[in-house]
Amino acid sequence: MNLNAIQMILVVFVAFLAGMEGILDEFHFHQPVVACTLIGLVTGQLVPCIILGGSLQMIALGWSNVGAAVAPDAALASIASAIILVLGGQGRAGVSSAIAIAVPLAVAGLLLTIIARTLATLMVHAMDRAAEEGSFGKIEMWQIAGICMQGLRIAIPAALILAVGAGPVKAMLNSMPTWLTDGLSIGGGMVVAVGYAMVINMMATREVWPFFVLGFVLAAISELTLIALGGIGVAMALIYLNLSKMGGSGNGGGGSNTGDPVGDIIDKY
Amino acid sequence: MADQIKLSKSDRIHVWWRSQFLQGSWNYERMQNGGWAYTLIPALKKLYTTKEDRAAALKRHLEFFNTHPYVASPIVGVTMALEEERSNGAPIDDVTIQGVKVGMMGPLAGVGDPVFWFTAKPIIGALAASLALGGSIMGPILYFVVWNVMRMAFMWYTQELGYKAGSAITDDLSGGILQDITKGASILGMFILPALIERWVTVDFSPVKVSTIKQASGAYIDWDKLPAGAKGIKEALTEQKAGLSLDKYKVTTLQDNLNQLIPGLAALLITFLCMWLLKKKVSPIWIIFGLFAFGVIMHVLGVM
Repeated sequence: MNLNAIQMILVVFVAFLAGMEGILDEFHFHQPVVACTLIGLVTGQLVPCIILGGSLQMIALGWSNVGAAVAPDAALASIASAIILVLGGQGRAGVSSAIAIAVPLAVAGLLLTIIARTLATLMVHAMDRAAEEGSFGKIEMWQIAGICMQGLRIAIPAALILAVGAGPVKAMLNSMPTWLTDGLSIGGGMVVAVGYAMVINMMATREVWPFFVLGFVLAAISELTLIALGGIGVAMALIYLNLSKMGGSGNGGGGSNTGDPVGDIIDKY
Repeated sequence: MADQIKLSKSDRIHVWWRSQFLQGSWNYERMQNGGWAYTLIPALKKLYTTKEDRAAALKRHLEFFNTHPYVASPIVGVTMALEEERSNGAPIDDVTIQGVKVGMMGPLAGVGDPVFWFTAKPIIGALAASLALGGSIMGPILYFVVWNVMRMAFMWYTQELGYKAGSAITDDLSGGILQDITKGASILGMFILPALIERWVTVDFSPVKVSTIKQASGAYIDWDKLPAGAKGIKEALTEQKAGLSLDKYKVTTLQDNLNQLIPGLAALLITFLCMWLLKKKVSPIWIIFGLFAFGVIMHVLGVM
């Protein structure tokens, strides 16, 4: 599918927003479910892009920038694969090969992110000089320049894909044999596990493993929605925290705190 | 002192708005320092008027800073309170301000990561993605609205809390509240994750047929003996409701057997394998490529 000039400008603009958010991590324009949808919205291919966004979101659930570590780049992966999906013009049928393209893109994005974060070091040195002068304006300017640089990190690759155009993209997608695309979509079903594994490794302690077992067993009951499971989880967390406090004060031997605030108030009277 | 400078609510709103761009100049040297100084500028502008004071304030806020971007807000609040007192003559030196920042950023990052990145984001993301997979626009809208309302409200209220409590908040934080929040979030997260694994990691061994049994007559719908037309369809539906099988041969796949044993077992094992590989310092990217390759190979072999 070919896009007109206005659509192309909007696509690059959405890419810019996603690039900004890739570093800011605030409004979450870079999350696949939002980024792909926006690309779909401006190109008029909403539904396939939403489905692509949902699939990529599942894969990217556990991708987070923790501390100084850099996660695979969800922004480039979702923007570029959505543009390729739109240009390929295969609609829903193109979703699984777009997912397969997204993963190498996430790695390429990682490199761009590291370059951008290194360049930002030069910018804060400029801020140091501005601070010597007591100039608020210059610091603001460099901060905004930093954000724009992160926007361009995605906007430029997006513009390049648009420049290559629908023809080559389509040819590339058509040249992929079905055993490969089917196999990749099977792989895509399992890749989701990597994100969860990252999150579990971060959170798991001996103390909370029993909750993992409970969750796994209860999840087999398909009538329970995720919201219902969330309710059970919150309730269990509250109960556990309260009970562990009571146990603690009991073992301590003394103290009037029974863990029962109402009881304590009554006792005082 | 008659002419105390106070930060107004509108100053604090400006700071709050800017705090959303905290990570804009994230760099490998001092991480969030540029964004931190940028965030505090509306406050510093009001509190300090001479060039020397401004330069000193900017320099002290360009020191190393890094935390989870949302829980920076209470630290912003406390720092504003401290700067306000300092500009009004209170004896607060650079070391105190830097000490409060560093003292708060570590423990708070320890709360922000499990609460936002490991609990809220996977849960909201999975919910939105499951709607989006069906092609519903509600998925992305839900994600965007819920995430941003939650985030903005959290940042504003904790910034106000920090500002009002001032330096007193550091005493609170050393108490048990932070630990409780962190532990509660890990419990919720650890409870929800296996559900996400079971429902969204798809490992399907359906092409592998374990057995094919010819069923006794009367256990399946005999399509040849049904009356023609709509009557036949009605008859077939009635028979199926009565528990008759659709086919003459009962096919049991490996997947059926696995589902009977423990649903989601294969997905769980894949997750454990990934966890083990990650602990062995294998890069997640290589694991992802490996799984794609595994999927293609297994598909070509006709196992998946």
